[in-house]
Amino acid sequence: MSQSFTAKIWVLGDDIDTDIILPTEYLALKTVEDMKPYAFSPLRPELAGLIKPGDMIVAGKNFGCGSSREQAPEVVKALGISCVVAKSYARIFFRNAINNGLLLIENADLYDVVTEGDSATVTPGKKIEYNGKEYEIASLPDNLLEILNAGGLVKAMRKRNGLEV
Amino acid sequence: MGMTMAEKIIARAAGVESTKAGDIETVTLDKLMSNDGTTHLTIDMYNNKLKNPKIADVSKLVWIVDHNIPADSPKTAASQKKMRDFAKEHGITFYEGEGVCHQIMMENHVCPGELIFGADSHTCAYGALGAFGTGVGCTDYLYAMVTGTSWLLVPETIRFNLTGKLPEGVYARDLILTIIGKISANGANYKAMEFAGEGLHTLSMADRISVCNLCVEAGAKTALMEVDDIALDYLKEHGREPKACFKSDDDAVFSQVIDIDLSTIQPIVAKPHFVDNVVPASECYGVHIDEAFLGSCNNGRIEDLRAGAAVIKGKKVAPKVRFLVVPASRAVYKQAMQEGLLDIFMEAGAIVMNPNCSVCWGACQGVIGEGETLISTGTRNFKGRAGHKDSFVYLASAATVTASAIAGEITTADRV
Repeated sequence: MSQSFTAKIWVLGDDIDTDIILPTEYLALKTVEDMKPYAFSPLRPELAGLIKPGDMIVAGKNFGCGSSREQAPEVVKALGISCVVAKSYARIFFRNAINNGLLLIENADLYDVVTEGDSATVTPGKKIEYNGKEYEIASLPDNLLEILNAGGLVKAMRKRNGLEV
Repeated sequence: MGMTMAEKIIARAAGVESTKAGDIETVTLDKLMSNDGTTHLTIDMYNNKLKNPKIADVSKLVWIVDHNIPADSPKTAASQKKMRDFAKEHGITFYEGEGVCHQIMMENHVCPGELIFGADSHTCAYGALGAFGTGVGCTDYLYAMVTGTSWLLVPETIRFNLTGKLPEGVYARDLILTIIGKISANGANYKAMEFAGEGLHTLSMADRISVCNLCVEAGAKTALMEVDDIALDYLKEHGREPKACFKSDDDAVFSQVIDIDLSTIQPIVAKPHFVDNVVPASECYGVHIDEAFLGSCNNGRIEDLRAGAAVIKGKKVAPKVRFLVVPASRAVYKQAMQEGLLDIFMEAGAIVMNPNCSVCWGACQGVIGEGETLISTGTRNFKGRAGHKDSFVYLASAATVTASAIAGEITTADRV
């Protein structure tokens, strides 16, 4: 996961909850592909249609607060979001995101300076470069890196427990 | 060094002498609860992503259909059928139409000292019986179901020392909303919220479940309360014995200690669209409402129905207001029937519904339309949570919700 990548930034606010990420009425749709158009719709109905694979989200504190619905990180991943950078994450969302192979980065400063539409270069576990400045980021603990690198917990189970995927 | 309640329960589940906040432990789960919100996803992964999977210990699984019961569309009917068939095939303890999952768990399964995963964020309610309940997604659930284990980061603990007694007309709902307002929607993120002190003993089991249930709205990983005689009596009434009653050592390390004098708590309302957006109820007087909801895992117990019935007895629901009353379980429903509470609600013009999650999660029943306002004892008031994205949800106690249903605008029970 140490490969650098450059991504276009979409900016969301504080306390982006799971009902905003994917409202209840779309949870029963058959596949995550069907859910994609409705991601973030209570807040910004047009956003899901504008996000391109590889883009990133920068947000404030407590991203993903609320329900344990795993469709929330799944739909973010399905939109092709390369990573989310937020001041902090709600814990259930954090686990669910890692379990689905969605890269989450915690950074206290970037949100306060970024402009939507700009790009940033991310080197996972090391730094984010934005507007000529470097922002240090921490590496995840080994057990989480193992899950993330495998592409999610189900895939990591194969290695850990001898269960074939 | 002493340990907190959370550390002791995790140490037991990990089979280690001691542990401390910040350590990562591999734990064996005592119980695994899942509901129809996401179980179909777990089943899909079990069937399609794993080869020859097995359930580690099927006796630990409890599956509950509560979010969309009875089914409101062919899609939800299909997803529930999948869950029902799988549960039958594998011999999983299965409830359908019996009530909201956390109420069913409290009535029938949770024991002090246990470590329980629930595929639902409000699993932290189990702390009312001294159990470490925590919400997980369906992938974590699947892993625990297949391996019997999971990993946990041992949380720091914020300790709340309760003193005094709630004033007349003030409820546990007001207490926990006050606390969330004080520490904010991520004030306890990744942490355990532990409640102790002499004030705890003045709270009923219903109060305690209400307090613990909502701690996830402050970001908490779990909520925990010491097991006292009131908790032991509840267990006994429901035919269970405690596994292990832990309390924090005197020299345990807390990240923060907050003293709360219960006698200072007042009726509170959480305004749209955040649970920590709390104000004294009086600041919301006069806000027009279209619907009121009394129910949910937070406030659908017999004590809540009694509080609501006492307010509305002999009065009527305001014209053009829908007042939904949804007991949290079949046991609560039957008790309310025997006590004549359902008659009181029906006479007043309320819509009394079967036990389920209802409009608390914005599906199945009572969703609100564009521009409408709901006052609710549900768990959340996020934007769009109860229906249309441009609607408004206020959260309050059973008494305040019922009083507002009568007035057609937000008010408290002393004013109707």
